[in-house]
This record gives sequence, structure tokens and C-alpha cells, in this order.
Amino acid sequence: MKINFVLNGREIELTVPSDIRVVDLLREELDLTGTKESCGSGECGACTILVDGQSRLSCLMLAAQLQGREVTTIEGLAGDKGRHPVQEAFVSAGAVQCGFCTPGMVLAAVDLLERRPDPSRSEIREGLSGNLCRCTGYQKIVDAVEMAVHREEG
Amino acid sequence: MREVFLPRTLDELWDLLLRRPEAAIYAGGTDVLVKLRAGLISASGLICLERIEELRGVRDQGDEVYIGAATTHRALLADPVIQEYFPVLIQALSVLGSPPVRNMGTIGGNVVTASPAGDTLPPLYVLDAEVEVRWGDGAKRLPLSQFILGPGKTSLGPGQLLTGVRLKKSADYNVHHFEKVGQRKALAIAVVSLAAVLKVSDSGRIEKARLAWGSVGPTVIRSVEVENALEGRIISRNTLGRAAALAQTAVSPIDDIRASAAYRCTVAGNLLLRLINYAR
Repeated sequence: MKINFVLNGREIELTVPSDIRVVDLLREELDLTGTKESCGSGECGACTILVDGQSRLSCLMLAAQLQGREVTTIEGLAGDKGRHPVQEAFVSAGAVQCGFCTPGMVLAAVDLLERRPDPSRSEIREGLSGNLCRCTGYQKIVDAVEMAVHREEG
Repeated sequence: MREVFLPRTLDELWDLLLRRPEAAIYAGGTDVLVKLRAGLISASGLICLERIEELRGVRDQGDEVYIGAATTHRALLADPVIQEYFPVLIQALSVLGSPPVRNMGTIGGNVVTASPAGDTLPPLYVLDAEVEVRWGDGAKRLPLSQFILGPGKTSLGPGQLLTGVRLKKSADYNVHHFEKVGQRKALAIAVVSLAAVLKVSDSGRIEKARLAWGSVGPTVIRSVEVENALEGRIISRNTLGRAAALAQTAVSPIDDIRASAAYRCTVAGNLLLRLINYAR
């Protein structure tokens, strides 16, 4: 089927099997391998993308559902002025170990800060609770989101 | 390849269901797409409900509140009407799955999946929720407790769709309480959960009690016996202790990978003790 949607700020039109999972469309067809797949069942958050600004699991969405939507993957988060403040904060805080969960963590944090611009530490933990870090590097990830809050304020 | 349909109206949906009766219906995909991939269900086509406007949103209808079946958990959590009248539902929604699961999953999906561990179900049972079922040329309303028949089993017939959930506003309850015990905080399937709504007088007497447990039986479990043991009494450790002992025998859990039946019985009773926090 033919689908039209906005991907990382660019309108695109694709002909795809309607039941291909969005994570497969992104990784296999569009070479956007920043989006990861781990559990494939909605429990780990590695495949998180933003659809119309809300975090969604791309392993539990089918291509047909993208019709008319605005999709942001980790590749599209940086703007003209460079990295997104959350990305910047992850670099500064050293919030990355193996990096596999990082794209999902960053996008989950962007969604959280959109809804709640000044979250407490426990609200940050709650906001990221759908994303697993197998390296267990949670402290620095939460530090990074806190740092991003203060940067956005400044 | 399976065809995926995104009807925009219920009329389009009824046509589709006639043409493709074997298709699987989903909204958020957090249950159906997982089962499909695991090979637990098969379907030659898929119908996604996310674009049907009539199935989304909360409508304040005076004495009643109507929730469209395809309303996401996130939308419900943010809804001022739900926040005002049904705090017990809000408490359960806030620990359901994880943020992205709440962004995708819907209340209708949670009901139709009919898992004894479905987090919205104990609150909906204590609130005496009714569900609306529609089909091409008809509609009916029935209590949720009659709609859900067993684990994963509902009374939905072919060509029928759960279109909404109805809740009566009740000024009666001044205590709304939900607690879930799971193996972790996020993304936990309940080992035991308890929803309770109480009407407590200024002197601390329980005038009315409605209780429902999740994950301790084939469906959500209610117990008139335990409710009777609370009604008319002052909230105290003694009252709650006696009710907890009754609750342990009212539930009928099984052993599974998450917990033993014996542990679930104990916890089902002990969760009641938390109501001491509402003593006057």
C-alpha cells in the first residue's frame, strides 16, 4: 500500500506491505538504524519513536498506521543548531554505556519534558520506566535528564 | 502479507466486518500485536480502530460518564472528568504498563483482553461499570461483570464491537484506593491488585464498601461477604484484620510463574489492611 507521512521533518511517500512493523520499515527499508529492537513485545522501550510528539513503540505499530502522522526518530531529533538539549545532556553526563537503549531513553525523555517541563527526580524515573538499560546505567541517565531540564531553563 | 484496514467511521467498520469477519481487531496493539507475533492468534487481516473518532474521548453526560472504547490510557489520565469523579481509576491507570504502553493502549482493549490481571478492571468493577456493545444494526448495554466471562473470554459475538464504557457518577464514595503488587513497579503484570471505594462517615464508620481484586481468580473477584464485614463498622485494625481473613478465603488464585496461590491469598487479605490509612 501507499503511505504518506512526515519523517523527521520531511514528507515522504512509500509503497510498503501494510502489515510491516514500523521498526522494520525504519531499519530495513529506510536504513534508519538508530531505532533499536530488543524485546519485540513492548516491554523494553528500545524501539521508542515519537508519533505526533508522543512516545510510541515502533515494534507494536504497523506501517499503515503512519499514514498522515509526524514521526520523529533519533536521527531527526537534532535541529539546525545541533544536538537537542536532551542529547547534549546525555553526552555531558556520560549517560551512555553500550548505547543500545539510548535512542529510546532520549526520545522518552523528550516526550516527558514536553508534558512536564520541570520534573522531579522521581517523575523522571517514572517517565523513563518503560525503557530498560541492560547495563543498568540508570543513575547517569536520570542525571542527564535533570541536566537537560536546567539547560532548557537557562 | 496481511491487509491492514484503518476505518474512519463505525459504518465503515461494520462493512469491513461483513467482508472480513476473520480479521483481528486492535486499537493500541499492545495486546493483539504481541499475541499475533507470538503465534497465539492468527488472522488473515487486521482492523485498527485508532482512526474512528466516535470511539475516542470522554463525554460528561450528567449522571453518567461515557468513555469511548478506543480512548488511550494517557488521554484518560489527563481527563479532568475522570480525575474528578473516578480517582480509583486514575490510580490504576497511573501504574498500568509503562508510559509508551499508556500512550498506545486503550480502555476498551484492556476490557476485551479480559485478563484477570487487567489493571483497569478492578476499578471498573467497584464502580459498577457498564459496557456498550454495538453491531451493524443494533446496540446493547450490560454490566461489565456479565461481559467478562473468564480469562480472555467475553460475551462479544461475531460482528460485535465493544464501543464504550459507562460509569455512574457517585457522590457516595469519599475514599478511592487502588494498589497493585507486582514484581517491579513499571511494566508489571499484577500478582494481586485491590480496588476499593468506601463511604466513610466523619466518625470513621464505613457506611458503604465496594471491593474488587485482580489476579486472584479467573476474572476480577468481588466479595459481598467481605464488604458486609466492613459496612457499619469503624475503620480499625480489628475490623480490617477480620475482613482480611475473610478475603483470603474469598479469592481463588492459581500458582503461576509470577507467584504461588498461597502467596496471592495472603496478599489479597493484607492489601485490605492498607485501608487503615483512611481511619478518621
